Amino acid sequence: MSPSEIGGIIAMQGFAGLSLFSVLLLMALGLAIIFGQMGVINMAHGEFMTIGAYTIYVFTTTAATYFPAFAPYSFLVAILGAFCIAFAAGYLAEYLLIRHLYRRPLDTLLATWGLSLGMQQIFRSTFGAKEVSPVIPEWLLGSVKPTEAIDIPINGLFVMGLTVLVTATVFLMLFKSRWGLRVRATVANRMMSNAAGINTKKVDRLTFAIGCGIAGVAGAAFTTIGSTGPTSGSLYIVDAFLTVTFGGAASLFGTIASAFGIAQTQSISEFFMTGSMAKVLTLLVVVTILMMRPQGLFASKVRR
Amino acid sequence: MQNNLLKSFAGRQGWTSILVLALVLMVVFPLGLDIFRLNLVGKYLAYAFVAVGLVVLWGYGGILSLGQGVFFGLGGYCMAMFLKLEASDPISTKIQSTPGIPDFMDWNQLTALPSLWQPFQSFSFSLLAVIAVPVLLALIMGLAMFKRRVGGVYFAIITQAVALILSVLIIGQQGYTGGVNGITDLKTLLGWDIRTDTAKYILYFLCAGLLIGAIITSRYLLGGKFGMLLLAIRDKEDRVRFSGYDVANFKIFAFCFAAGLAAIGGALFTLQVGFMSPSFVGIVPSIEMVIFAAVGGRMSLVGAVYGALLVNFGKTYFSESFPDLWLFLMAALFIGVVMAFPNGIAGLYESIAKRRSAKSDDTKSEPLASAPEKTAAAADKAHWPHPGAATATQS
Repeated sequence: MSPSEIGGIIAMQGFAGLSLFSVLLLMALGLAIIFGQMGVINMAHGEFMTIGAYTIYVFTTTAATYFPAFAPYSFLVAILGAFCIAFAAGYLAEYLLIRHLYRRPLDTLLATWGLSLGMQQIFRSTFGAKEVSPVIPEWLLGSVKPTEAIDIPINGLFVMGLTVLVTATVFLMLFKSRWGLRVRATVANRMMSNAAGINTKKVDRLTFAIGCGIAGVAGAAFTTIGSTGPTSGSLYIVDAFLTVTFGGAASLFGTIASAFGIAQTQSISEFFMTGSMAKVLTLLVVVTILMMRPQGLFASKVRR
Repeated sequence: MQNNLLKSFAGRQGWTSILVLALVLMVVFPLGLDIFRLNLVGKYLAYAFVAVGLVVLWGYGGILSLGQGVFFGLGGYCMAMFLKLEASDPISTKIQSTPGIPDFMDWNQLTALPSLWQPFQSFSFSLLAVIAVPVLLALIMGLAMFKRRVGGVYFAIITQAVALILSVLIIGQQGYTGGVNGITDLKTLLGWDIRTDTAKYILYFLCAGLLIGAIITSRYLLGGKFGMLLLAIRDKEDRVRFSGYDVANFKIFAFCFAAGLAAIGGALFTLQVGFMSPSFVGIVPSIEMVIFAAVGGRMSLVGAVYGALLVNFGKTYFSESFPDLWLFLMAALFIGVVMAFPNGIAGLYESIAKRRSAKSDDTKSEPLASAPEKTAAAADKAHWPHPGAATATQS
């Protein structure tokens, strides 16, 4: 094996790890807001991602049949659409279900599991049990080849770019906007925020809906990697929760760090053993560390 | 106060209701159902063990485990491994390239029995392992988490992750575990054919009898000081701790007890159904087991049995006749027991009974042992439970 080939393998391996990192981070970001900031266990998070994925499917196939000229750009518009529809669904779910359960976290868990089952059946009744794939525009297909040994798929790069964009937006919104200020105030001290004139109920609803919207964007991005079925969202839910918990619930930096750590562990161990054993090993490491250090990597210093 | 409490215990887990349940299981079902359906009921009763354990752990202790399938599965697998070894004696497996090992090992090019499987040739070891392996795992998990004061949703998420790990592991290690198909073709138990109708009757009565025994044991535990303390820990953990009790030990015990019950259920499941597979271990079956307890009433041991029977009957009936409706119904069950009927069937029954007795005499007794949200939420109105809250106390 020549040095350039080894370099290529290392580069490809590094890219696989980064690609998994962006996938994990993207799906954990919405949860980092809902679970990390609000403390709501949303077991239907994966289904909000599926909403985003199906939105892409509907948008791009409609565009491809009725407005062929518009088709190359429809994907970008569809991502916005995915955010809006998942946002609306989240808003509705908060209003009908979640807001009654804020004081009962374990019951929220069960109720949102029920919600996820209901949503899965709605997907199945609407789109069928078979997995669907959206019309991916030309510019997302193919790969970049900087050298002979390295072959980087464009859709992976696209997901990475989108992850950076969404993460930056979440940071800006959480730390620079009025909404972010209200969310942080509510998390730090609900009573005091109420007294200071923040409508915490409104903040809750908006926060939950934004988290769901981000889940929708994540689901939209994943359509470039794999196909979408009624139950594909449920595959992500444990990974997403572990990522957020492992990072330290209220810390956004923690979520990024833990997504990076989990992704690298997984992709490096995948090089040495089968995929399922790599998954077992990664999860075992995460669970063991969580048992040792239940507050996660970055514990928040807020006094409660 | 003391009197009210006793009354509410008597009403809820009274001997009458246990007697009625025993009559239904031991007399009504065997007389009224043919052996095929009775075998189905026996399978549901195996799930009821998990539900009874969850009443102790979740209803009384307030600890929600989403990993009961792990213990159910481990118990079932320990039993299945013994039965499989007995079923794959050298004579009946002589067409294999290595006779005398289970068929799936032969398909996966294993040439000798793995050392993990060796001890399961002994019946007494297997019986011990059915209980010991799951309880040991529960003990390790409990020690690691409850001693560090991990509770609430963190505990739920970690147990769920363990359920995922075990199911991925079982599916991945096909040569050692039978993979996604599980361990199938179980034939005899110590030379006694478990597939005949007589055997099915005997196994059903064994299952029902053990279940009644499990309920009586749980009732004895919950009726005493342990039950009181569990309730107190559920509602105000810190106060119990400040009173000088080691809260973690009580929680660990409740977790191990529930795990042991689930394991017995798993072993009986294997015996009655004749196979064990990872589809009873993962995330989805584990959380479905919680709904059995919730539908029956999370505070009622007897209710948990009815809940397990009802939900499983519903599942069998609907997934055969109206497969599209079943998930919607399941969704409605999950949301309904949380939003509208937190005390399940037992709660409904009790409120009807109370209304009736309120008509006859005016003395109303407020049951102390109701679902947590009323008492806890009232006391905790000012606080906002946050996932960090469980861990923040320890720093």
